[in-house]
Amino acid sequence: MRSYWVKTVGIEVNGRKIDWVENETIKQLLRRMRYTFPLVVVKINQKVILRKDFPDVVVPDNSRVDVIHMISGG
Amino acid sequence: MVDGQIPVEEYETGNTKHKWNLKKIKSSHKVLAEYDYKKSEIKNGFANRTLYINLGTNQIKEKKITEDMKKKFTGGRGFGLKLLWDSIKPTTHWDSEENNLIITTGPFCGITQYPGCGKSLCLTISPSTDIICDSNVGGFFGPYLKFSGFDAVEIQGKAKEDVVIVIDGEKGKISIETAPLEETDSHLVNEQLTHMYVSEDSEGSRQNVSVVSAGTAAEHSYWGCLNFSFWDIRRKVARMKQAGRGGLGTVLRDKKIKAVVAKVEKFSGLQNNPADPGSLAKLGTKIHREIRDLDRYQCNMRTVGTGHLVEIMDEYDLLPTENYRFGSFPKASKIYSPNFYKLFTKVIPDGCWHGCTMACAKTVDGFTVMTGPYKGQKVTVDGPEYETLGCGANMSLWDPLWILEFNFYCDTYGLDTISTGTAIAFYMEMYEYGILNKERCDGLELCFGNAEAALEFMHRIARGDKGEFVGVAAKGIRRVKDWLIEKEWGDKQLIEDTGMESKGLEYSEYVTKESLAMQGGYGLTLKGPQHDEAWLIFMDMVNNAIPTFADKAEALHYFPMWRTWFGLNGLCKLPWNDVEPVNNAEADDPSKVPEHVQNYVELQNAITGWNVNKEELILQSERCYNWQRAMNVWMGRGRRKDDWIPYRSMGPVTKMEYVSRKERYDKQLVEILGLSEKEVEDMDIEKKMKLLYDYKQDQYQKLADAVYYRRGWTPNGVPTPQKMKQLGMDEPKMLKMIQKKIDEDEKAGLNVWGGKYKRGENPPSKDLDYWEKG
Ligand code: SF4
Repeated sequence: MRSYWVKTVGIEVNGRKIDWVENETIKQLLRRMRYTFPLVVVKINQKVILRKDFPDVVVPDNSRVDVIHMISGG
Repeated sequence: MVDGQIPVEEYETGNTKHKWNLKKIKSSHKVLAEYDYKKSEIKNGFANRTLYINLGTNQIKEKKITEDMKKKFTGGRGFGLKLLWDSIKPTTHWDSEENNLIITTGPFCGITQYPGCGKSLCLTISPSTDIICDSNVGGFFGPYLKFSGFDAVEIQGKAKEDVVIVIDGEKGKISIETAPLEETDSHLVNEQLTHMYVSEDSEGSRQNVSVVSAGTAAEHSYWGCLNFSFWDIRRKVARMKQAGRGGLGTVLRDKKIKAVVAKVEKFSGLQNNPADPGSLAKLGTKIHREIRDLDRYQCNMRTVGTGHLVEIMDEYDLLPTENYRFGSFPKASKIYSPNFYKLFTKVIPDGCWHGCTMACAKTVDGFTVMTGPYKGQKVTVDGPEYETLGCGANMSLWDPLWILEFNFYCDTYGLDTISTGTAIAFYMEMYEYGILNKERCDGLELCFGNAEAALEFMHRIARGDKGEFVGVAAKGIRRVKDWLIEKEWGDKQLIEDTGMESKGLEYSEYVTKESLAMQGGYGLTLKGPQHDEAWLIFMDMVNNAIPTFADKAEALHYFPMWRTWFGLNGLCKLPWNDVEPVNNAEADDPSKVPEHVQNYVELQNAITGWNVNKEELILQSERCYNWQRAMNVWMGRGRRKDDWIPYRSMGPVTKMEYVSRKERYDKQLVEILGLSEKEVEDMDIEKKMKLLYDYKQDQYQKLADAVYYRRGWTPNGVPTPQKMKQLGMDEPKMLKMIQKKIDEDEKAGLNVWGGKYKRGENPPSKDLDYWEKG
């Protein structure tokens, strides 16, 4: 049974709930999600993260992450 | 010159050189008609006249473009629609005398300051769909047609023997000449005619000639494409870009046209006489810099072209494999772009028109042909582009060399790679189920992965083989479906659900099972399932950004309108969103790439001297989009039933497909249809498939409801007179026609919503006559 003091660990990526991984950077999260498309815009809790910062910015627990894939293709 | 680029004089093409007696070939021409015209300047992007040719009567004349025509139809594809409306009947078929083959240019066409401004738009009544087909294409012909003094050329009637049409912008002369001795296959005839019509024997002069042709297979198939040449001064070959979709090449050959040649004396980037060249140059400098600096970190188009999409589509389960059964495949990495990068000739600028820094038109030079009439010869293969690679995956061909062979023969024979590949993939699946077999396929073992059989099938089409299978199969999936059903060789439902066509046109190469919006992007279209109206898979399936029907409908309004706009202007869409400004992420709606949209607003103003804003751009498209749909209605189509799509594009048709993605589909039954995990576990697979089938079909109908409503159409998908008037498209004959069709639908009880709405769910409007209120 879950004790009351245990905080749920999870993040929401593009509206889908997934596990939170401690110290995971955006670059690692994109790899875990297999989001290999290069033209993505990433927002954490609505704040845009610049592409150059993907290897350094860590995804906090309980955050909402939007990985917006640009259309391209077609 | 770019760093490391090979100087023109040092580059040796390595392709087989042909020795033709061009004098003899040319002297066998008989001039059937000639027309001298007065050369005039292009003003603000428009030549302000079109060229009309009738091959039945040998009539050649000029037609004026009025200001009203520009206001209503803008240019390019819009002009094509107007010329079709004025020249065909609702009963016109692809092979009717009066069918009109039109090549048009927009006001941007020919500009070299901004990338992607060399596109032509081709329109005709398609043999595959029996409605209007439009196809966009690069190469030099469009700009040269414009520089010769015409915004469009339309060709009606049929010649009695093979002809070439020559538009000589140097002399101001049009001629129709018999052409009995030329080759028909495009890589040869384009080279012959370039050499034949060149003013002097130099590479620079050859660059001033462009040829449009189709190959021998276009004569015997409904997949005929048009090959537009552009002479490559380094490779010393007539390279080609294709207007692929809908059988335009079939119509060209049906009219007995071997080729259309356009020739200019010289050209400059400002030959369009833009209203404001200074602004144009400024916008151009900005985008060129952006592409040069950012492409390598983004789509890498300059290095590998659109082929970079293969690995992405495979990763996201969107790469059509074995006739769209799967979206990824273990062997797919064999055709990832690095494997083609190795084969491409590098350090050569690869734009399909001057000034395109995106330069995505890659080639493999000196490729040794492995089969067929050109076996052993060395050729330049233009491509392969993503769609052709997707066809490889669909046929389960994983050897890059076979894909190049397929690419080369499709092009030179004048076959659209997309329709050919998608159709062969369907035949291969039918072969796997025993619905087709060696005997029924005229001795061909057309099973997945059999490249030699696929090529042999194409060679037989080109030879005009009289076998029953080859004859029907070359007409495409729709005819084969009817044939298989008539022969009672297989289950009707299976055949209908797995053959990837809609409106008679084969699908292009994306798996849409998990993206309802993209199902609409293929089905709720004007000409059929081509991704050039909307590509919404990421937005819908990955980003989860358009969750409601209203959201999806908004996207299926905006993007088709936006992308139609490229065709009105003579533009390539790639520089819009295959590169994005560095701060695009911070824009309000990054998917639209707002900074680039603003570039296009300013560009149109700079070229035409108009004063438009971004809303007006969408309106320009809406006018033409609705006009084209109304013309489909006029021809007895363009209703809900015509927007039907095969179930393979919505969900799993076979048990194998379900099992291959079991976790995903089981989850859908729980999360979407509300079944318990236990119920799903206990349920047999047929039942699960049936539940999904009914659900997904209903979703598609609800999507159609929302989209028709958003577009201002009736619930049966017909543009209303009110909508047309609002757009300023108030031609009385058109308005009367659509009102009559709406009344007929009303009488037949067809003006009703298609979705099944449960309690708590609402159709887009409770009032079924909503449009009458304006
Ligand atoms: S982006 Fe590619 S297809 Fe488009 S105009 Fe440039 S070279 Fe041609």
